[in-house]
Amino acid sequence: MKVVYLDNNATTKVADEVREAMLPYLSELYGNPSSMHTFGGQVHRNIEIAREQVAALINAEPEEIIFTSCGTESDNTALMSALLSRHDKKHIITTRVEHPAVLNFCKTTAREGYRVTFLPVDKGGRLNLEELRAALTDDTAVVSIMYANNESGVIFPIHDIADIVKSKGVPFHIDAVQATGKIPIDVKKLPCDMMSISGHKMHAAKGVAALYIKRGARFTPYIIGGHQEHGRRAGTENVASIVGFGVASDLAKKHLQTEGTRIQDLKDKLEQGLFNTCPDPRINGDMVNRLPNTTNISFEYVEGEAILLKLNEFNICASSGSACTSGSLEPSHVLRSMGVPFTAIHGSVRFSLSRYTTEEEIDFVLEKMPPIIKELRELSPYGTDLACH
Amino acid sequence: MWEYTDKVKDLFLHPKNVGEIDNPDAVGEVGSIVCGDALKLTLKIDRETNRITDAKFKTFGCASAIASSTALTELIKGKTLDEALNITNQDIAAFLGGLPREKMHCSVMGYEALEAAVANYRGEKPCEVEEGEIVCMCFGVTDQKIKRVIMENKLRTVEDVTNFTKAGGGCGGCIPDIEKILKEVWAEKVIEETVKPRKKLTNIQKIALIQETIEKEIRPLLQADNGDIELIDIDGSRVIISLRGTCTGCLMADVTVKNIEKKLKELVNEELVVEVE
Repeated sequence: MKVVYLDNNATTKVADEVREAMLPYLSELYGNPSSMHTFGGQVHRNIEIAREQVAALINAEPEEIIFTSCGTESDNTALMSALLSRHDKKHIITTRVEHPAVLNFCKTTAREGYRVTFLPVDKGGRLNLEELRAALTDDTAVVSIMYANNESGVIFPIHDIADIVKSKGVPFHIDAVQATGKIPIDVKKLPCDMMSISGHKMHAAKGVAALYIKRGARFTPYIIGGHQEHGRRAGTENVASIVGFGVASDLAKKHLQTEGTRIQDLKDKLEQGLFNTCPDPRINGDMVNRLPNTTNISFEYVEGEAILLKLNEFNICASSGSACTSGSLEPSHVLRSMGVPFTAIHGSVRFSLSRYTTEEEIDFVLEKMPPIIKELRELSPYGTDLACH
Repeated sequence: MWEYTDKVKDLFLHPKNVGEIDNPDAVGEVGSIVCGDALKLTLKIDRETNRITDAKFKTFGCASAIASSTALTELIKGKTLDEALNITNQDIAAFLGGLPREKMHCSVMGYEALEAAVANYRGEKPCEVEEGEIVCMCFGVTDQKIKRVIMENKLRTVEDVTNFTKAGGGCGGCIPDIEKILKEVWAEKVIEETVKPRKKLTNIQKIALIQETIEKEIRPLLQADNGDIELIDIDGSRVIISLRGTCTGCLMADVTVKNIEKKLKELVNEELVVEVE
């Protein structure tokens, strides 16, 4: 059975063009880019081409990009650098809905004596910018806020946030892992010091990501060793993945210009269809400022893992914020921060589309989903009068 | 992705005994929508034989909770109430060919629903879960439940207590309390186990046990107060010791010696007398 992959905020399919570009580096072109001989050294040029391609996606300069191994490393590097570069400052500002790569990093520093402000969000997953303004102090070392949320898809007003943070002269890091390739980003117009982006969320391979470091921004490396990446990130380069990341960035840029609203239209069709067939669904998150590919829907009185496993029977891939799928017993921190009621939080399903998603796939989900919700609601001791039409 | 057995998957996709019995003789409800799983069990019971003639469930929860509900109802149908109460959460897990460790609390929920239903039938207080003190505020788990599940499933770590009861899986604030309960339960257990064989000790075994008891049970307590103890000799039922460190010349030394004797009597042999060198 064909896989219907609607979990693209978790990871994405490696684009065919990306795989083709990677293959030579997994076979004959295995040289070390740091080597003196032509065989190895020639590889280095391709890393620099990839750097240009990745930079172009967010309108950065190539020398403002360093390659890392994953989004988490980029986030950790950015925050660690900010703290080390301003070691007299002991205050961090972030939000309650960040990815664990930022959230848990901040919690760790809090145990080491840093004061961390976790900004709350409202029901729509939105920040109150006045609270950000009020939280900034002379002691603030860094502000780290995500561009768009991985679970709800909510996009923060990142330009307004950047203006507020920069007006106080505080370094600003943006976790843009979920936004890059999905919406246009231009760091020339966005006053931030650092920005994390990741390859495998935009049809490159796993194991490669990047950190944008604005020219002139203070930077202290996180991984110490050789001179790779001009000493800003030691370790032999993941050549194949980096080259693939370059191609993926090229494709993403092209796609943003040509395909426009196709994904958004498919997502709207999915949402509308589910609203028409299942009683009492609720969208978690701001209806206006959302990523075009993401929808987070709750079906009250049924449990998310059960929905996912029923969908799995039809090879439909999605994810959930329920406790049972989180790997712990706690449901999603994002949905809880948004004040989603428990009756709905356990029954949340996230569908995240990609440019490979087809209308047939959306129709297939719309055909399979209502009976699944109906069956599970019939099994549930709660809200039995809420069967699907 | 959980590693579910084929049986779990099958009973999740094709559950048996779903629904609510009209005019049930017993109803058992456990869990809550806040915690993420809940089970309502309804039973038809033959009043003369106390035999469960029918059982149905409604469950809100994940695949393993739904499969555990089917397992429970299949296991208890046709059994008398007493026979049914002999079923443990391990039987439910075994019926399913095993559950991932993190999901064992689903089997515990099944067992509790049965207990609640039988209590309801017998007109008792609705389920012993409500007894005891709440330890885990996040999931409303009592010390009684934690103790019972620890003993029935021979749990040794906080992680396992969380897997089986959910306690400690929320804010984590109660983890020190769970550690304390684990220590208490297993300390009691050690005493029970060592009490039994004491009648048949040979001389050598007796000496070894006295040494072990002093090393494990008594010495750490004295050392905590910067004192110490040395075993000098064992002559029949006389245990000759010497007190060291701050115990030397301590005004409370007599009390200490009495306590040592009490411990040795309790753990080794009633006839032992402790003397200071």
